[in-house]
Amino acid sequence: MAIGSEEVKHVAGLAKLAFKDEELAKFTGQMDEIINMVQQLSEVDTTDVPVTTHVTDAINTLREDVAVKGTDRDLLMKNVPQSQDGYIKVPAIIDESEE
Amino acid sequence: MNFETTVGLEVHIEMQTNSKAYSPSPVQYGAEQNTNTNVIDWGYPGVLPEINKGALEFGMRAALALHCDITQDIGFDRKNYFYPDNPKAYQITQARTPIGTNGWLEIELEDGTKKKIGIREMHVEEDAGKNTHNPDGYSYVDLNRQGTPLIEIVAEPDISSADEAYAYLTKLRQVIQFTGISDVKMEEGSMRADVNVSIAPIGSDKLGVRTEMKNLNSFEHVRKGIQYEVKRQERLLMSGGEVEQETRRFDEPSGETILMRSKEEANDYRYFPEPDLPPIHISDDWIEEVRASIPEMPDKRRERYTQDWGIPAYDAGVLTQTKEMSDFYDATVAAGADPKLAANWLMGEVNAYLNSKQVELSDTALTPEHLATMIKLIEDETISSKIAKKVFKEIITNDTEPKAWVESKGMVQLSDPAKLQPIIDKVLDNNEQSIEDFKNGKDRAIGFLVGQIMKKTRGMANPKMVNKLLMASLKER
Repeated sequence: MAIGSEEVKHVAGLAKLAFKDEELAKFTGQMDEIINMVQQLSEVDTTDVPVTTHVTDAINTLREDVAVKGTDRDLLMKNVPQSQDGYIKVPAIIDESEE
Repeated sequence: MNFETTVGLEVHIEMQTNSKAYSPSPVQYGAEQNTNTNVIDWGYPGVLPEINKGALEFGMRAALALHCDITQDIGFDRKNYFYPDNPKAYQITQARTPIGTNGWLEIELEDGTKKKIGIREMHVEEDAGKNTHNPDGYSYVDLNRQGTPLIEIVAEPDISSADEAYAYLTKLRQVIQFTGISDVKMEEGSMRADVNVSIAPIGSDKLGVRTEMKNLNSFEHVRKGIQYEVKRQERLLMSGGEVEQETRRFDEPSGETILMRSKEEANDYRYFPEPDLPPIHISDDWIEEVRASIPEMPDKRRERYTQDWGIPAYDAGVLTQTKEMSDFYDATVAAGADPKLAANWLMGEVNAYLNSKQVELSDTALTPEHLATMIKLIEDETISSKIAKKVFKEIITNDTEPKAWVESKGMVQLSDPAKLQPIIDKVLDNNEQSIEDFKNGKDRAIGFLVGQIMKKTRGMANPKMVNKLLMASLKER
C-alpha cells in the first residue's frame, strides 16, 4: 500500500471533508491506485533534468503596476449568500492570531 | 542559573504599489469596503493572476536596501488554508525561492553600541482581507486588502533582548520608509511583526523551546511582550518546569502574555508551485536598474550631514528620522539655505509646529524654496528674527512667497544708517537723562533708548545696526 486510511483522513481533514468509514475505505483504495500509477514516473531516469514546475516556456510574464477600478460591488455580491452594508457576512470563525 | 535570550522576528510590510500583487485592482488604504476588488481577488473559477512588476521591483528594492543577495530565478508557491479573509483558499507566496537571502541590518542601541542582525530571507507575497468579528455571531469581510503586496522579512536569530528587537524594528521601519516602497504606518497595519522568544542556559549550544506572538503592530508591545516572556520562561525553568511550544497573545492592560493555542499538529499548508504564474528570471541588468532607483539611505545621509555640513550627530539623527524630513532638508539646502540654519529651523520652529498641530510636513503649505528664501532674508538682515516668526507662520499656513510678502507688508528691516541716524538723534535729543545715566555707568539706559528707537520705527529697525549707531552717537555726546 502506497497510502493508508490515516493519511487519507488527514488530507480529507485539511480539505474540510469528512467521510464515512465505508467511503474512507473506498477512497483509500482509489488513492492508492492513483499513487501507484503516478509512481511509474519514478522509473524514468531524470538525472541532470532540472525540476520542472511549469510545462510552458513562458517566463517573466509580468503586468505593469497600473491600477484598474475594481469590479462593481453589487455585481460581485450576487454570488454572496449573505451580505450586509457592502460586507460579506459569514459565520464568525475566530482565529485570534489574525488581525 | 543564568539564561540568554534568542528572539526571532518575522516582519510583514505592505508595499504601496498602485495595484495588487497578482490582480490590477487598486491598493488604497481606507477605501469603502469591497470596492477595490475584482474577480481575481475573489478567486473566481477560471481567472488568471499575473505578477505585478512594480511589486516585484519594490521587493527587490527592499532586499537590496537590506544587503540581500537577489535570487535570480524565482517562482511563486501556493500556501493552502481555509479562512474567510481569503476566498481563494490559498495565499500566493514564495516558499522555495525567496527574492532575497543573506542580508543584514545594523542596529544601534541606546548606549551607542552597534550590532549587525542577519536577514535570513525575504519573500514577496500577498495580504489577506480583513474580518471584523461582531458579537452577533457573524464576521464581516472586506476584501479590499486581499492581494495587497507584502514583503516578509525574516531575521536570523541574532536578536538577544527586547531592546535589540525594538531597535531592529525601528531601524527596519526607517530603512523601508527611505526605500519609498511603503509609508510603514503601524497604526494602519502596514507593518506587523511575528515574534518568537526562547531562552537557554548561557553557553548552551542548543536553543530553548520557543513561544510565538503573532501580528503585533506596536513596537512597544513587542518590547514588553518579549520582556514578559523571558521572565515567564525563566520562572518556569527555574521551578523545574518546561516551556511549551505555543502561541501566546500580548495583553496590553495587564502587560502579560496569554496562552492562545498550545502546540497542535504543525500546520500543514501543502505548499506547491503556483501553476498560474510562470517562473521569473531576474537579470544582472535588472538588478542594477533597481539598485539605481533606491534613494540614499538614512545612514549615508547622516554621514553627509555631519561630515560635509558640520551638523551635530544628534541633529543629523533627528533630520533623518523620516525620508520626508530628510528630503525636505536636502531640498532646502539645495535651494540656497545655510545647512546649519536650515537644520535649526526644521528642528525648532518646524517640528514645534508639526507637533502642536499633529500634522506631517506634507500637510503644511511650507516648501523648501520658501523656507530657504526666508532663511536668506534673515541672513542678509532683510528681516529681523522677530519678523521671521511672522513670516514663518505665513509660509507654513499659506503658500506665500516670503520675499514679496515681506516687501508688500512693509516688514523689511530698517538697516540703512542714513534713515536710522535721524531717528536716533531725535530720541537722544528727547532723553537727556538717559544719556546722563549711561555716562554714569547705568547700562540699563541703553535698553531704554533702544526701546524708544524700536517704538519710533514700529519695530522695523535692525537691532544690530541700531546698537552700533547708538553706541557711536552716545560717545559723541
